[in-house]
This record gives sequence, C-alpha cells and structure tokens, in this order.
Amino acid sequence: MPDQLTPVLTRRWQSPRSWSIGTYEELEGYQALRHALTAQPDQLIQLVKDSGLRGRGGAGFPTGMKWGFIPQGATGPGAKPKYLVINADEGEPGTCKDIPTMMADPHSLIEGCIITSFAIRANFCAIYIRGEALHPIRRVRNAVNEAYAKGYLGTDILGSGFDLDIVVHAGAGAYICGEETALLDSLEGRRGQPRLKPPFPATSGLYASPTVVNNVETIASVPAIVLGGSDWFREMGSEKSPGPKIYSVSGHVEKPGQYEAPLGITLRQLLELAGGMKGGVPLKFWTPGGSSTPLFTAEHLDVPLDFEGAAAAGSMLGTTAVQVFNETVSVPWAVMKWTEFYKHESCGKCTPCREGTYWLAQILERMVHGEGTPEDVETMLDICDNILGRAFCALGDGATSPITSAIKYFRQEFLDLCAAQPAAPVEPAGAMA
Amino acid sequence: MTDVFDDLTRQRSKEIIAQYPQSRSALLPLLHLVQSVEGFVSQGGIRFCADELELTTAEVSAVATFYTMYKRTPCGEHIVSVCTNTLCAVLGGDDIYKRLSDKLGVGHEETAGEPGTTGSITLEHAECLAACDLAPVLQVNYEFYDNQSVESAETLVDALQRGEKPHPTRGAPLTDFKTVELELAGIFPDLEHSVEGPSTAPETMRGAALASDRGWLAPAMPDSAPAFPELPEKK
Repeated sequence: MPDQLTPVLTRRWQSPRSWSIGTYEELEGYQALRHALTAQPDQLIQLVKDSGLRGRGGAGFPTGMKWGFIPQGATGPGAKPKYLVINADEGEPGTCKDIPTMMADPHSLIEGCIITSFAIRANFCAIYIRGEALHPIRRVRNAVNEAYAKGYLGTDILGSGFDLDIVVHAGAGAYICGEETALLDSLEGRRGQPRLKPPFPATSGLYASPTVVNNVETIASVPAIVLGGSDWFREMGSEKSPGPKIYSVSGHVEKPGQYEAPLGITLRQLLELAGGMKGGVPLKFWTPGGSSTPLFTAEHLDVPLDFEGAAAAGSMLGTTAVQVFNETVSVPWAVMKWTEFYKHESCGKCTPCREGTYWLAQILERMVHGEGTPEDVETMLDICDNILGRAFCALGDGATSPITSAIKYFRQEFLDLCAAQPAAPVEPAGAMA
Repeated sequence: MTDVFDDLTRQRSKEIIAQYPQSRSALLPLLHLVQSVEGFVSQGGIRFCADELELTTAEVSAVATFYTMYKRTPCGEHIVSVCTNTLCAVLGGDDIYKRLSDKLGVGHEETAGEPGTTGSITLEHAECLAACDLAPVLQVNYEFYDNQSVESAETLVDALQRGEKPHPTRGAPLTDFKTVELELAGIFPDLEHSVEGPSTAPETMRGAALASDRGWLAPAMPDSAPAFPELPEKK
C-alpha cells in the first residue's frame, strides 16, 4: 500500500522558485525528455497505454488510446500535420488544480508537451489557458521561453532531429471552451461552440487535422511515467484508475487545499487530512468532481474516489474538485447558483441547453425567492430530462447533474421551501394595465 | 481622425499572427491587443482586427461579443471581478459583491469614475475563478486576491480609488487593465519581472507539506528509467 499522500505532480511545489528551469533541472527536470527521445514514438504511446493513465480533465478517457487514434504514415490521413492542444481552460466550478500546477511547476507541463508531441509526431502545440489565469499564463510563457533557450524547443531538439514549437494562447472568458471541440473552434479564432462528433479531433481537430487534446494534469503526468515506468505508476491507485491525482478540497473544511493522493482515496480520508469539517458543523452535501458531477451526501463518505467508484455510486469522478458544504447551506439555493452559472455559460448552440438552463434558472430563482410550487420540482425534472443527452456537448448534461441529484437526495427540502410560501399568488410587479 | 492603433501595435499584431499556422487563430489575442490600447473593444478595434486578419467586421463582432473578457464599453483603470459562484458565494462572495456594488454605486460591468482615469473601477461578478481552496476570491486585473472578506475587499477598493496598488496575494505587482490586456495578447514587455511574485498560497501546498511532515512519499522510482515496451511486429 502506498502512503496516503503521494506527491508526484506536487513534489516540487515547495522548492524555492519551483517554476524556474534551474530548479526544475536540479530536480530531474528534462531527464524524461532525454530518455524519451531515444524511443520510437510508438513505444511512448505503448508506455502510456501500459501505464493506464486516464485523462484528468473530467472524462477519464485512456490517454495512450487517444494518442493511438492519431493516424500515422506518409500517405493518406497520416500525412497531414498533427497537433497537440493542451486544455488549460480550467473553469469547472470547484476545480483548481491546473492553475496551481502551471504556477508552481510549468516545466512539467512543457516537458510533457514535448514528449507527447514527439510520440504523436506533432510539430506544433498550443496551450490554451483561460484568460483570467494571468499569472499561470506568464509562468507557462516564461517556461516556454526558457525551454527554447536551452534547446528543448525549436528545431532539432537535443540533436534528435525533432522540431516543436509551442504557443501559449490566452482565452477570453468562456467556460464552454473547456469542452474540447469548442476549444478548437476558439483556437481557430471563432466563437467557442462545440462541434458535432464524429468526426473526433483525432482525425479532424485543429484546422481539420489530427489533433490530441489533453488536460494539463494529464500531460504533466507524462514525464514521471517515462522516468518511473508503467509498473511504478500502477503502484498507485487501482487497476482501472491507476496513478496519483490532485484532489482539490474546498468549502467548509478546516484546511482546504490541494492534496495529491493515489486515485481511490475517500472523502472520509480527505476530511481527516483537511482537518475535518470547519468548526465541527456536520457535512450536508459535496461534489466529487465539480458542479457537473452529481452531488453526494454524508452517505458517500467511503466511496472510493476513482473513475469506477464514483460512477458506481451514481456520480462521476470529474476533476476531483471536492467542494464540501455543511448543513447550514440551503440545497435549492446552491443549485440555483450553479444553474445561473450554466445559464450564463451555455453557448446557445443547442436549443435544449440554451432554453432549458434559462427556464431552470428562472424556476429556481422563483423558488428561492419565495414563489415556488411543488409542481416546479416535477417541471425541473422534466426539463432536465429534455436536456440530458440532447445537446452537442456535456455542458447541458452537466447542468442537469446538480438539479437531479439534489432532488434525489433533498426532495423534501425543495417541497418544504414551497410549502412555506404564501398560499395566494404574489401579484407580479407591473401587472396592472 | 488619427488612428489609435499605431505602428507599434501593428508590429505587435504581425508578431502575434506569425505564431500560428493559420492567421485567424490570432483573433482572440488581437482582440486582447486592441483592448490593451483602448481599454475596451471599440468598433475601430473590430475593424483593426478584421483588416489585420482579412475577415469581415461581422465575423470579428460575432467573436468579440461571445467572450466575457472583451468589454464593449470603456473600462476603468482597474477591473474588479468578484467570484459569486456557489462555493465562493456561500463563504462570502455574494456579500462582497453586494458591498462593493453599493459602495461604488455600480452594477455588473459598470464603471465607477471616469473610465481610464486613475482610481476608476469597473466591477463585475465572475464565474468560478479556479481558486476554490482560497475562497472567497476576487481578482483585480486578473491578479488573485485570496481569502477575502467584505472588510478586506472594501479596504482594497478604497486603496485602488486612492490610486494605490496593493500587491495581490498571488501574482505580479498590480498594474492596470490595459497593461495586463497586452500580456493576454501574448506580448510581455517585462516578463522577467512580471513572472516573479508569490504564487503558492499555504493552501496550495497543504498536501505537499503534510506529506513532508509525515514522511509520506510516492513509491520510489527505479534507479534508472526502465526500458521502453517492445512493440508488436507490424503486419
């Protein structure tokens, strides 16, 4: 059994100027790249497949398999330029792991980008960072500059004959751009709206060319896998969810923060590490991986937080953004706030999501402001049913998660809120002719 | 009418475009660039981007109006963004936003003071700013001010209005909205200095520090990196 916390991605964070190339190189930095450049690219893809690394951006797709989908060869689809795009548009409510990673250890991301680009045979990589993350943008851009100066980027990297350019691209404030195809449209200079899949980015991504889109934490894990090997990586976590993962614990706990543990840690264990519930006020509900993952309650303290464990208990691992709320928080109010977020961030492309989030927000606002009816609960479930699975991307699905899970576990709280309303309908303002 | 977009801006625009395999990818950075010049995206700014990228102004407008960070009216010296998403809100973000709104006498995306003048502030409520372990948070010109309270936020805004620039909790020394928009365009006149500054809060390092205290480590890696896997024979 590994220790309760296993700093791999976070192991350099406490070092002075951990973000500079000097510190990074002193702490094994760019050794994985030197080793990787001695491999055949397909061996790197196989290594990452063997490691079992799964995407850390929320969906958990096997990373090596994604890389393996990129067509290769001198003719046909494999002859097109290939691209690596890093999704650093961190914005899922509760999620706050990639921003500290890019601030504290940007070179682990850059080294991962170079190894990944070599593996998939890409010569251009874009790191798409949300615009509000200004300091991470500086740190990553500085790391790119340092890497060019040392010959880790540019032409003929370390004499290997491999060329790579990386551009650091700032977004402009749109949660939807965290969805990979919306991100690609945005990176092409368009409104960030998702594309219909298939075709998938692996064949038709950036500029309609084969593209891998991976999350920051996924790619920052790659150098350690190259240095340690797949067996080492699999010493942490479970068979289907191997490796370490940064759990971002926030809300009503004594010591919120970033805790890197093997996949499969439970909330009970995380709460112990985080000093327990703030002021001892009991837990009411929590998200395992951001607001788009269905809520859990105190019943779920021992659910293993890996991809299978969270799914088996009716939620999703998501981004391991563990937001903890105590019993002073009104569930309908919390759900209203999240729904207002989805309404604002719905890109408007698909009718069920655009209209559905709009109506859901209105119903919840009415309910919280004292004018709800018991029928509203059923209406909301009906609207959710009409959004789930009926939009191009997962934003709409995510918008339904807090509502349906909240009604599942806290229906009575919604009904009590409605029962407390005045019996007579409130005269709408300005209703007089 | 003199063109507000001078030769330096045109030169920067060319540098930005040259980074990308296809020029249109430079549109988001160019919109940040025009915002760094004018403090918002004007019709002239739209036209500038369209000319540089050989797009129509309609195509550029469609993009500019989609993204929250492109402001269509002139902004203050500073933009103050208060997270009011659920987690920050429950820990005080809603109260902070309300107090600042009352104090400044403005609502969402409105400016207190003459836009662009010293101490002028554009206020907005923001969606999750990805600093939930440091909630409630706000940003001034996208620099982080963590673990805020109504009182600390009010003190901060008072200082901004007096023309002071309190250092963020995490980030570079505070400048102004136009200056950071240039960085968002990908132009860093002073990266050597702006890259410095505090970036790891105690919360950021809690797990790593706790592991050190307790002597917890990831499993040891082999002494030298293992050989790469054999590949199956290609048929």
